Amino acid sequence: MLRFIIALVCGLVFGLGMGISGMVDPQVVLGFLDITGQWNPDLIFVLGGAILIFMPGYFFFIRPRETSLQGLKFAYSNKRVIDKPLVIGAAIFGIGWGLAGICPGPAVSSLSANTADIILFIVALFIGQYSVKKLMQ
Amino acid sequence: MENIISWPALFGGMLLGVSAFVLLLVNGKIAGISGIVAGSVLAEKSDRSWRILFLIGMVAGGYLGVHYFGGYFPETLSSSTPTLIISGFLVGVGTALGNGCTSGHGICGIGRLSPRSFVAVITFLVVAMLTVFITRHLL
Repeated sequence: MLRFIIALVCGLVFGLGMGISGMVDPQVVLGFLDITGQWNPDLIFVLGGAILIFMPGYFFFIRPRETSLQGLKFAYSNKRVIDKPLVIGAAIFGIGWGLAGICPGPAVSSLSANTADIILFIVALFIGQYSVKKLMQ
Repeated sequence: MENIISWPALFGGMLLGVSAFVLLLVNGKIAGISGIVAGSVLAEKSDRSWRILFLIGMVAGGYLGVHYFGGYFPETLSSSTPTLIISGFLVGVGTALGNGCTSGHGICGIGRLSPRSFVAVITFLVVAMLTVFITRHLL
């Protein structure tokens, strides 16, 4: 039961962070990506703020542990090899992200506004993910 | 410095970090939103419900952050419908192939000093910047 409450609350805090940080406005993201225009550095502060909390938390409290507090296996992989799917995938993601300034986190967090457009984006995103999973099988 | 630092961006970012840290510490899960979206439908049944709850929380959190904590939603998204569809599709293909997006690689991966995530983040940032340069300044 606790793990479901934790999932809901963590989602809530994540959405709050997206809403407060301005990342739910694609123009802020595009303003960051447009380095030759009126540059908007906000995305650096968002990523920086997140890493500022996550990184010490990970190294001090998570890495020394065998399992999570709920006794579950940690889901991250310790794979280190840089392969083609990683680089090509990241590049394709970069094109999609640059086209509209929307990535998955801000998309889900803005579902309560511009609902029709966001649903369209998320459905297209899911179809993309599903196609890759099917092709890789 | 006060004029340079964007406090809402920094504070909002810290909340993302808190969320990702607690989810990993307690549940052992990575707060990578592309993976959570895909898995909410495609994962094994027992692994779907926490993802759906996380996503519901995100929608509610976005709403609360905007309406009660000083954020804002844009009136409309500036992209056309075809652009939204193509962009969404490419984001889906890319994140499935590259195992993550801005949150999974950018926050959790960089935070763990994962070499794969450093490569992914640098790649998608550079490609996204090039894409914006082309669409805004060349086309």
